[in-house]
Amino acid sequence: MATPTKSAPALVRNPQSTRSTIALKLLMASSGIIFVLFVLVHMYGNLKAFGGHDAFNEYAEHLRTFGEPMLPYAGLLWVIRVVLIVSLVTHVVTAVALWRRSSHARPVKYVAKKNGHSALSSRTMRWGGLTLLVFIVWHLLNFTIGKVNPSGGATGDPYNLLVDTFDLWWMTIIYLVAMAALAMHLHHGTWSAAQTLGLTGTARARARAKALGWVLAVVIAGGFSLVPIFTVVGVITK
Amino acid sequence: MNLTLKIWRQPDPDAEGAVHTYEVSEISEDMSFLEMLDVLNEDLNAKGEEPIAFDSDCREGICGMCSLMINGSAHGPDVTTTCQLHMRSFSDGETITIEPWRSEAFPVVKDLVVDRSSFDRVIQQGGYISANTGSAPEANSVPVGHDKATRAFNMATCIGCGACVASCPNGSASLFVGAKVTQLGLLPQGQPERDSRVVNMVAQADEEGFGGCTNIGECAAACPKEIPLDVISQLNKDLRTAIRHGY
Repeated sequence: MATPTKSAPALVRNPQSTRSTIALKLLMASSGIIFVLFVLVHMYGNLKAFGGHDAFNEYAEHLRTFGEPMLPYAGLLWVIRVVLIVSLVTHVVTAVALWRRSSHARPVKYVAKKNGHSALSSRTMRWGGLTLLVFIVWHLLNFTIGKVNPSGGATGDPYNLLVDTFDLWWMTIIYLVAMAALAMHLHHGTWSAAQTLGLTGTARARARAKALGWVLAVVIAGGFSLVPIFTVVGVITK
Repeated sequence: MNLTLKIWRQPDPDAEGAVHTYEVSEISEDMSFLEMLDVLNEDLNAKGEEPIAFDSDCREGICGMCSLMINGSAHGPDVTTTCQLHMRSFSDGETITIEPWRSEAFPVVKDLVVDRSSFDRVIQQGGYISANTGSAPEANSVPVGHDKATRAFNMATCIGCGACVASCPNGSASLFVGAKVTQLGLLPQGQPERDSRVVNMVAQADEEGFGGCTNIGECAAACPKEIPLDVISQLNKDLRTAIRHGY
């Protein structure tokens, strides 16, 4: 349409690739992949709860003594923590920047709008991400920073803290809801990261990336959910 | 067919718009959607009311001029342009909501007409190749594989209608930019400007106020030319390569 309606934006001169929305997306995808790898390993570690009190606590202690004496006590854990904190800040900051852009991109909303061709998980990434952020704060208070025992018991023993927490049915529900949010975030996030990194140039690669999203969502969120479920039904006990 | 139409009316870019309700009767199911609107406009003219402004040109699905958000879908329920959408896709007595494309970069000119010159500026930034003028070169001197030629042609079928932007919840123009970047990137003639093209076109799209892509796929589903989502993957890959090359 050749009829200009307002003073049109000028042509951008000498733009920088690193200042584009796609550069933000690349940061988001890379930090997201770090999280995918982290939750995969974290989920594996949690399954040690099925091995009983000693196996689980030994694993937790081994995470701290890993690499000794080359690394100090809890050295590896702190390296991982720093990487995760940097990734989290990157992921959230870029998400907020892109969210703001998107809200400005459509100032007048549609009276009627159908979104029938996209997955629910893809349209709930932002609110789902916020849900996960709130959950992460609680989860860290629960098991890492504060060691809050919701049943009021002792907090010094990782395995006992875990059993005490998931023995409460409402805590199990909170964690299962969070895992549902994680599954949805992983389902779209995996495919979206592959697409953002430019790895889905063919129909076959696209189908594979989508399948990987399903597999990671089911394996990771499903694997995490096993421990709370088996604790609340009384299989995992003190 | 008798239909109830809920149409966005807005006298000029700065005026407050609103949805108005109209009734049309004796619509043939063989009419195109635009012909149905023509009937309504004849009616409004006869009553001395202002006809509804909407874009159209070729009316054969190749120019990209028509638009319209019909019942929440860009170009209506079928995968085609609004001019090629026929009333048989609707049922008698149906209520149809008709709105203009909604995007910061596509301001409303009047009623259902939007200004899509932002797309022109994005193309100006790199949707071309530089070639020497003079006599045409020997056609077989630069070989192009059949698969690449076909794929480049498929990407070149983009008519720039803006349905991708209109249907994207983020108001992103990634499918449009991706189609052009992929088309020219597949061909030998597009290589010299490949890095600067993607950086310039994306920067202009950002400047115009289009949103970022979240890879949800509403754009490819709405595209009347069925441009696939993998052009966005190619767009991202080209930009990543441009970053590596220091552009």
